[in-house]
Amino acid sequence: MSWLQHLILVPILLPLLCGALLALINESKHQLKFFIGLASTVTLVVLSVVLMILVDREIFLDGIGVYLSGNWIAPFGISLVLDRLSALMLLLSSLLGVSALFYSMLRWSRIGVHYHSLFQFLLMGINGAFLTHDLFNLFVFFEVMLAASYGLLLHGYNATRIRAGMQFIAINLLASLLFLIGVALVYSATGTLNMSDIAVRIAQVDPNDLFLLKTGFVALAIAFLVKSAVWPLGFWLPNTYAAASPPVAAMFVLMTKVGVYVILRLWSLAFGGDQGDVTGFAYEFFFWGGIATIIFGAAGIIANDDHARIGGYAAIMSSGTLLAVFGLGKPAVISSMLFYMVSSTLAVAALMLLVELIQRSRNPIEAMLAITAEAFEFEERPDQPVGVGIPGALAFVGLAFITCALIVTGIPPLPGFIAKFSLIHELLLTDADGAISMTSIVFITALLLGGLLAIVGLMRTGVRTFWASGMVPARLHITEVAPIIGLVCVCALMTVCASGIFGYLDRAAVDIYQSQMYLDRILLEQVVPGVVNQEEGL
Amino acid sequence: MELIIAISIGVLFGSGVWLLLRPRSFQLLMGLMLMGYAVNLFIFIMGRLWIDAPPLVIEREGVDVIQHADPLTQALVLTAIVIGFATTALYLVLMLGSRGVNGTDHVDGKEQS
Repeated sequence: MSWLQHLILVPILLPLLCGALLALINESKHQLKFFIGLASTVTLVVLSVVLMILVDREIFLDGIGVYLSGNWIAPFGISLVLDRLSALMLLLSSLLGVSALFYSMLRWSRIGVHYHSLFQFLLMGINGAFLTHDLFNLFVFFEVMLAASYGLLLHGYNATRIRAGMQFIAINLLASLLFLIGVALVYSATGTLNMSDIAVRIAQVDPNDLFLLKTGFVALAIAFLVKSAVWPLGFWLPNTYAAASPPVAAMFVLMTKVGVYVILRLWSLAFGGDQGDVTGFAYEFFFWGGIATIIFGAAGIIANDDHARIGGYAAIMSSGTLLAVFGLGKPAVISSMLFYMVSSTLAVAALMLLVELIQRSRNPIEAMLAITAEAFEFEERPDQPVGVGIPGALAFVGLAFITCALIVTGIPPLPGFIAKFSLIHELLLTDADGAISMTSIVFITALLLGGLLAIVGLMRTGVRTFWASGMVPARLHITEVAPIIGLVCVCALMTVCASGIFGYLDRAAVDIYQSQMYLDRILLEQVVPGVVNQEEGL
Repeated sequence: MELIIAISIGVLFGSGVWLLLRPRSFQLLMGLMLMGYAVNLFIFIMGRLWIDAPPLVIEREGVDVIQHADPLTQALVLTAIVIGFATTALYLVLMLGSRGVNGTDHVDGKEQS
């Protein structure tokens, strides 16, 4: 393997170094800090595209790049693994990173100190969690990600943020403790921390130790499910998202997907193949948890009138859908699930960015009056018609809101629809002999019902916001508009290039479930020769 | 030995859970710390209990692995302690900030009426 192998490490190393460098620069040099951060993030986008091409063209053997850190062979050292799925997630994180960073240029990065450093560390933690193949290393990257997210949530210190921060941090510290318990139990049962090695050894675990293994995985699952805000572990999410500044909230949308990603990776490796007694362990739990989360998210969208909270519940709904799909345990639906993951993450993130622009355009007193009038059924006196067209800013905010709503709820022609359609299509195809299984019926019903409730909720909010009197055209800056347009355009592009993307995702899904080849690639990866020989000579 | 370790972990964790459910942020912090200690001990014993066994293999040859304690869990504990320490310190700072802004150390930022 050539020097290309080292590129796998760069998505972790670059934000780390850049964040450290930014911490040294004085806060008064806003522009400089912003441009260094932006340069790093844009490099990450380019790099993830390059890595994606490298794995998809199979320049890395079998489309899997393995980096053995410290030149130790797989079960002993920490290995980083890049496959099609992790390359996709890297691209997603860096795209969101660029959008959020751009959005924060004008105002949000300046309301506190060390915004840019924390932002880079957050990217580092997220990228590390996508790349690492070692359970304890995953814990370390989770902590890096969480520590940065605590800082970012509290960025622009005020009473709301402190209150939300206390809940968020306490819950996540508790989840981290569970994570540690899980790691320890899995280690005690299998004697290894490498995910592939765990997958190999699960079949050989002593039946007396099986309960240790199961308890360990349950503790891990709870830790990840807290991150992905599954009902009933996700009550912290709407508060936190509503309190965080918009670019931070957009990045948090990605963090819920990190939990889902880890579950997808770990469970399909450990329990996806034929593993004797424990095959398909806890899938059913994920399925029903996911269904409950969809319902909870949809109910939250209906019940709320605050845009940021609606965004939060939309994120909850999307991670519920992902978990329910995964819980079905059918490899055929994984590619649709990934498509849904990407499109819904982008759309919800765009919605979170949009929230602040909407609130800026909204005259608070008028808005309050509009709701009260509705509640008490006052006859609204028609205003005198004024000969002014819709101002550009309002038109933009409204259109962007509609687009995000369409993607979140899955209405044609945007990618949300394609994702949901292909989910249902694949599901009906895999149910053999025309008899549709019970779980499929439950899932399809929940998906459609959740979508319907979300449409009603978002439409009502849209009508109340944009058709209410008293909208003041706000002054929007190009750095705030561009990221939203960018995210929406990426979504539109996903619709146009859907077949190409599905081709990639199908290959990614095959990777995940083709366990033997995958395990061999990682566990049999050879060390770089030369270094070891030197040590033998000592 | 097993009994002592098991009981002490149980007591630490149980006290931690109780403190975690208290309304004051300082109690919450103490609860998290106690639970952290319990979890660290727990990781430690997951390499099994060893008495009088050195953790590290120093010699190159002629080593009986059975006579050595598992070094990996000890390394994990070390990392977990450091990370736990850092996050607890961060929470402490936030707690002080909350006390300063809200004038109360209730976890909700206001006293119950």
